[in-house]
Amino acid sequence: MNYTEKLQNVTVLGAAGKMGSGILLLTALEMADLSLKPENKGKLFILNAMDTSSEALKGLMKYLKTQVLKAAEKKVIALRQVYHDRADLIDNSEIIDQYVEDVLFIVRPTTNIEAAYESNVIFEAIKEDPALKVKIFNQINQNNKKSPWFCTNTSSIPISLLDTDANLDGRVLGVHFYNPPAVQKLVEIIQTKATDPELVEFVNMLSKNLRKVLVPSNDFAGFIGNGHFMRDALHGINEVEKLAANHSFAESLYMINRITQDFLIRPMGIFQLIDYVGIDVCQYIMSVMNPYLPDENLHSHLLDQMLALNVRGGQNSDGSQKDGFLKYEKGRVVAIYDINKKSYVPIADIQAACDEKLGVLPASCQPWKAVVGNKNKEEVFKTYFNELKTHESFGAEIARNYARRSKEIGIKLVLDNVAYNENDVNTVLLTGFFHAYGPINDYL
Amino acid sequence: MIAGYNTISMGTGRKEFSPKKPRPDLEDYFKEAGQGVLKQIGGAQNVDEAVIGNFIGARFNRQANMAGFVPYIDEGLRYKPATRVEGACGTGALALVSGIKSVLAETADVVLVLGIEVQNTVKAIYGADILAAAGWAKERKDGHAYFFPGKFSDRSKAYAAQFDKEKTRSAMAKWFENAIDNARTCPTAQEYHNTTKDLIACGMNAPNPKGFVDSLNIFDCSKVSDGASAIAVVSEEGLKRCSIAKENAIEIIGFGQAEEDITKPPADPTVLSTTKEAVRKALASAGITKDQIGTVECHDCFTIAGIMATEAIGFAEHGKGTDFVLAGNTTRNGKVPFNTTGGLIGWGHPTGATGVHQAVTIWEQLTNQAGDSQITIHPDRPYGLSINMGGDDKTLVSIVYKKAE
Repeated sequence: MNYTEKLQNVTVLGAAGKMGSGILLLTALEMADLSLKPENKGKLFILNAMDTSSEALKGLMKYLKTQVLKAAEKKVIALRQVYHDRADLIDNSEIIDQYVEDVLFIVRPTTNIEAAYESNVIFEAIKEDPALKVKIFNQINQNNKKSPWFCTNTSSIPISLLDTDANLDGRVLGVHFYNPPAVQKLVEIIQTKATDPELVEFVNMLSKNLRKVLVPSNDFAGFIGNGHFMRDALHGINEVEKLAANHSFAESLYMINRITQDFLIRPMGIFQLIDYVGIDVCQYIMSVMNPYLPDENLHSHLLDQMLALNVRGGQNSDGSQKDGFLKYEKGRVVAIYDINKKSYVPIADIQAACDEKLGVLPASCQPWKAVVGNKNKEEVFKTYFNELKTHESFGAEIARNYARRSKEIGIKLVLDNVAYNENDVNTVLLTGFFHAYGPINDYL
Repeated sequence: MIAGYNTISMGTGRKEFSPKKPRPDLEDYFKEAGQGVLKQIGGAQNVDEAVIGNFIGARFNRQANMAGFVPYIDEGLRYKPATRVEGACGTGALALVSGIKSVLAETADVVLVLGIEVQNTVKAIYGADILAAAGWAKERKDGHAYFFPGKFSDRSKAYAAQFDKEKTRSAMAKWFENAIDNARTCPTAQEYHNTTKDLIACGMNAPNPKGFVDSLNIFDCSKVSDGASAIAVVSEEGLKRCSIAKENAIEIIGFGQAEEDITKPPADPTVLSTTKEAVRKALASAGITKDQIGTVECHDCFTIAGIMATEAIGFAEHGKGTDFVLAGNTTRNGKVPFNTTGGLIGWGHPTGATGVHQAVTIWEQLTNQAGDSQITIHPDRPYGLSINMGGDDKTLVSIVYKKAE
């Protein structure tokens, strides 16, 4: 396997999407850095940014320029060495501008799938639709004489299904980046028994160069990340439905969202996370995973209802959050959707009563932001969960059950051979979901 | 000298600073500092001429011809002579010297001297390009991305290698602690709001060559600052004209100026030889010894420059500046308090204003107007000394002051 050669012609499918744009950015930087090495002088590097929307590609190029500029500013010390032979580039500003130009020169925005027919590697980040993915892989595979490698960003579809249905002979690997790919450290790697080992070696090298944390997962629908997230979300939804027997729907949702953020010391509440990913995306992932889970029903009527009411969550193209279970103003949660009233209830109307019902947080509780970077966070969590264990409040009781369920989900992923070990599950939650502690722990 | 005035040194560290929010510009600083002096000296009609010190507004602010802002300060300054001078970070003291020479030549009795720089207009990585102009342009290509930190990192590395690496780092941390301690006493200081508890721990951080330079951490460096300082240089006649009592004035006892070849690297990177020469000239001109100095404002653009300055003045032997600093001699209660409002690291370093800020601080200290920053000036050490440096020990001015009698 010649790493550089493989990266001389690459296509990203769905390049203007949320995941695709991040993968494109990372790949573009890596390809540009390779192209600037003295031994690669004169070699042509091409990165096709393929998307069906010309409008979105226009936005992509703008995004790319901004992000590459930021990257260049950050690594200007190294870039001064890279461009040391260029007598015309003296100031940092000249060097940074040249690097941005060199990266963007590699990227070719296109709406034509034919661009991928010359590529050695195809990164795919299109809609989570097995039939669509199979159709496109098949088309490229039939027209591309280079026997290309396919790296799919699917978060839920079994890789072996894509391999078999698109006749790829093991030339496909699950390379699941987390949102946003440029920031999140985690990449889940999913290989099948048939996967070409050279492809795995290539992705390992690429991920290492991109300074990602790799976690191998077995080829089982949902893999580790969604295997945990979807079940965790479903548990949250069930808890809301239980609470709704005695409280309004909005109150119930507010309480579970707050418990999952503040009492469990997570970066955001479970419903904010569902909104972030997109209610439609969550529903779709569950529907993709569910047929492979004979012993459980990974499905939520609540998600169906929300979508029927056209409340979808997800993000706008500028990265701002769309309204979903929660309503957002300048990134802050201001209201909660009440499915019974079919409207948003301002947080101010329900907050005080709900917070009183939940009770005060245990005294040693700290916000996620204050703990996540703490080198001694293990001790902080030991103390906190010890206190939570016996804390008598409504919120604490639900939080304890929630944490236990989260651990149970994690352990089941290992028992079901989705994850190779407990540590991998924890790594996925720590690096892909920014949790401050892994779900499989002895805190409770 | 009379009627000193400092604006806030604005930049990261100040609570009111946000890179994304609008903030005062050149015009605002000109007006605030200029008016600050005029109010104390009885108005613009008392001014004979003005000297503006600005390093490189042509690039930070797309503005040259800075003398043109003198009448903008006050209409009463219209048609009066005004000059802009430049000597990189040593600009401020060049402006002072320019004013002093006018008074000595008897071509003016009251000179308004104002130093100014507004640098937060670009990100630090681009600011580094602009500030690199203080060095030899032909060296820029091979220089560090952060050009001047790179230069003083080399000095720090050489000093640590020749003497004691651990001790050098400890003394640099101690210098940083003193700078912040003093800045916390001065409401206009950039580090006035600094609440960090363990300053020594910050100063002891190992340098990170991948993200910055080899031998300095970020706490070793003065920050990017916006601000202006102004003061009036007056003759005895001018003092009367402005109706200011002698006890509110300081006298210039002597000064020394020295220039070194910008194209030559330092003969010995562990020595600030031009600084040494300027101080020698200043002390000789004043007819005093170092032991009569009660307070010093030195050019600590980097902690290592502060340590080397103690040696250049002669307070410590070559290589012993670290001991001198670690023993607490430069603290506000030490033998010779240095940089009593924080210096370049603590108060801030609006490059063209720095030399003037030093004079204003010494004026405040010697006339007992330094507020919470006030130190005790002992009768046997009544003199103040300032050292302002442009480039890598290239353009030097040192001035000796004493309370007027």
